[in-house]
Amino acid sequence: MNKYKPVIGLEIHVELETKSKMFCGCPADHFGKKPNTQTCPVCLGLPGALPVPNKKAVEWTILIGRALSSKINSVSKFDRKHYFYPDLPKGYQISQYDEPIAKGGWLNLTLRNPQGSKTVPANLEGSRKFRITRVHLEEDTGKLLHIGIDTLVDFNRSGVPLVEIVTEPDFDNSKDVKRFIEELQVVIRYLGVSDADMEKGSMRIEPNISVKKLEVGSWKLEVKKPQTSNLKPQTVLPNYKVEIKNINSFRFVKQAIEYEIERQTELLEKGITPRQETRGYDDKKGKTYSQRTKEEAHDYRYFPEPDIPPMIFSKKYVEEIQKQLPELPQNRMQRYIKQGIKYQDAFTLTRNKRIADRFDKTTLKIKTVDNIRVSDVANIIINRKETANLTIEGLYRKLKEFKNPRQIDEKALDDSIKHLIEINKKAVEDFKKGKENAIMFLVGQVMREMKGKADPKIIKEKLLKILSI
Amino acid sequence: MELTSLRLKEALEGLENKKFSSVELIKSHIGRIKKFNKKINAFITICEEEALSQAREADTLIAKKAKNALLGIPVALKDNWVTKGIRSTAASKVLDNYIPQYDATAVVRLKAAGAIIIGKTNLDAWGHGSSGEHSDYGNTLNPWDYSRVTGGSSSGSGAAVSADMTLVGTGTDTGGSIRQPAAFCNVVGLKPTYGRVSRYGIIAMASSTDSIAHLTKTVWDNARVLSVTAGFDPMDGTAGKNEVPNYEDLLQGKISGLKIGIPKEYFGKGTDEIVADTCHKALKVLEDLGCKLVDISLPHTKYAYPVYAVIQASEVSSNLLRYDGVRYGNERKMFGDEAKRRIMMGTHSLSSGYADKYYHQSLKGRTLIIRDFMEAYKKIDVIACPVWPFLPFKFDERAIDPLKMYLSDVFTAPANVSGNPSLSVPAGFSPDKLPIGIQFMGPNYSEDLLYKVAYRYEQETKWYLKKPKLYE
Repeated sequence: MNKYKPVIGLEIHVELETKSKMFCGCPADHFGKKPNTQTCPVCLGLPGALPVPNKKAVEWTILIGRALSSKINSVSKFDRKHYFYPDLPKGYQISQYDEPIAKGGWLNLTLRNPQGSKTVPANLEGSRKFRITRVHLEEDTGKLLHIGIDTLVDFNRSGVPLVEIVTEPDFDNSKDVKRFIEELQVVIRYLGVSDADMEKGSMRIEPNISVKKLEVGSWKLEVKKPQTSNLKPQTVLPNYKVEIKNINSFRFVKQAIEYEIERQTELLEKGITPRQETRGYDDKKGKTYSQRTKEEAHDYRYFPEPDIPPMIFSKKYVEEIQKQLPELPQNRMQRYIKQGIKYQDAFTLTRNKRIADRFDKTTLKIKTVDNIRVSDVANIIINRKETANLTIEGLYRKLKEFKNPRQIDEKALDDSIKHLIEINKKAVEDFKKGKENAIMFLVGQVMREMKGKADPKIIKEKLLKILSI
Repeated sequence: MELTSLRLKEALEGLENKKFSSVELIKSHIGRIKKFNKKINAFITICEEEALSQAREADTLIAKKAKNALLGIPVALKDNWVTKGIRSTAASKVLDNYIPQYDATAVVRLKAAGAIIIGKTNLDAWGHGSSGEHSDYGNTLNPWDYSRVTGGSSSGSGAAVSADMTLVGTGTDTGGSIRQPAAFCNVVGLKPTYGRVSRYGIIAMASSTDSIAHLTKTVWDNARVLSVTAGFDPMDGTAGKNEVPNYEDLLQGKISGLKIGIPKEYFGKGTDEIVADTCHKALKVLEDLGCKLVDISLPHTKYAYPVYAVIQASEVSSNLLRYDGVRYGNERKMFGDEAKRRIMMGTHSLSSGYADKYYHQSLKGRTLIIRDFMEAYKKIDVIACPVWPFLPFKFDERAIDPLKMYLSDVFTAPANVSGNPSLSVPAGFSPDKLPIGIQFMGPNYSEDLLYKVAYRYEQETKWYLKKPKLYE
């Protein structure tokens, strides 16, 4: 019956954690700050003020571009995007139009359910590429606060560097979208350029959704023949799309897309083409609602920002920036799997760069005599949360203890057990009377005398052996 | 001796030699402003008290033998220069109550050099105009003939310098707005290389052609002020990094052997005979000084104005969006007709479906015009041509027909489109005693050369000695 196929593309905004704003010296960290305390003539758009771009923000955008295998344009420029809104003090947003910093690229996603599969081929077959259209840099707007009948403007956020990542319409379901943005968030965090927190608004997702009606009996999308032979065949897109705004969590992105697919499919079933429009998402009702139709769409009147000369990036400059790229989560995961870590653990370890770094540093300490495998390191880091605050040395020591309790002096242990049975007659009697807990008291006493250098399981076994004679 | 008749150089010498004090200098200028401004309307705001208190400070410094490029000198700022604590209106009622929180970079530099702001001068609102007739604060009258325009948009600064109300008047030149009043008022006006003087704190008209400078009585005076205001500014991404010489020290020296290009397109039909003749006479003076006059052609000249008009209006429409009625206390309906006209033209030129035909086409035209000049400067050193095709005109003579008014910019706009510097200097008078100017254009950052040529010419002709007769 499923003769409809959703076509989904994404626009993702990420606020950069630079020290200063995009075009002035005000602090970029605006979260939770007293309103309008981090402003100046530039980010307030006062008469005569001029923007000067933040070099760090440009470099970080290049870095994000390279992390997504995008091509860095050798010449890039800023453009003015005009629209009227009270949170936009200049009447235009400085953005990028036809010469973004980066274009093209992709992000690989493993499509198997991480829970379900223990082994994934080392080359990550079964992964799928989601294509990136472009990565560009712009400025954030101020924030409107609606209090009663009043609307207040806070310009602390005005001019904060904002990176926009646009994908090709490569998605056809909400699950892939969710996984993609989760992966993207991990990548951004690896780069250390943003906390990419959706609740705080430092990462924002705007899905563009349409639903394509498939020919009955055909599961394939109609493919337009390329005009010239060097063009890849392109999917024919529906003649409308719906953009959804104001979504502030991964879960809501998924819900909003699912609601929208259903809504549009229902309309198509009735023979109605959904309207091209921008819709908001109401997370309380779990519904999208119309905000602006195509007829009301802006003509942004883009033109090159005359206040900022074009940027020219030499190959060498881009290479220098690229050197800052850390090993990215997908590559790291692939390496861990090659090292013998099972898929689920490799996935978990690589979700957080700090944890993955901890894993790598600990595995470097492994000595063959210690009888420790990399999977043991993964195991302790993932499953023994109490070890999270240990130093790398401390963590490794702990590992050795868990793995090699037999290495301790057997004789000393036996002597200690004998000795403690003699001086704890009461506990021994209690145990013989059937008080199971008494054995644990004895185990504790032995552990204390052995200064922890023994495996409690083994002590218990030995005690039982002696006491049950 | 009337202190207001002094030129900047003499005033600086007089202050240094204690012939008079800065307080006396400021008082006499303010006295003259008060006497004639009601009629001429060169000033929107007069800063009497602040100026006098700064003059007292300057006198203390002078007594301590302190030296500074403009110490104790009265300067009048065009009212689109943003001044901390002093109302800055751009001559538009939209900004009628606007008191800025910061100083423009050029203001910071003038103050640091010891200059004293005596007031803010009138202009065509937002810089939109060539005649001074588009101010929301009334017309500025030409001191040489009250029935005629001063030229604009730096109308107030042109009139104020010409009428001895100030030693220096600042301006902005987006399509001719400094050179035009200079030529109509018998004073020296510089349109510097784009980026030579920081635009930070100058209320933007057309960002890609706005050039910031000043009008003075003589070439030396002009050079001295540029030495103060020019230079790199980290607050302006388009400011040039080239070093700033002491321009006034580079005026001496021979100009013989210099090749001066005379573009035929600027002397054809459409240029009044008296204007062309006056320029030819000026060129003859330079030829007698050993310059070589070379006939040249700038073939795309006829496209320069349309190219300028589209780019300028497009940028104007964008730059004025911030006055959206939410801030600054006044609604958008306060915009005057000329601003509305440019907002509409510019918005249209940038609209989807029209941008290719107008805005993008103009950018291509701009490249051709820049190339015209670059080609010319391979063969010659300086270009000389009229500033205006006609004489100072009567009020309403052209204002009734915007198209006729826009034609005023045909000889000045090309340098704004190309970014090159151009200096307007007095070249004589019509039989009716109306001032006529000539402009010298050169390659980027050739201000020193332009000053040198103009200085030699000025030494020969001394037109600055002629003064208008004012009445209240």
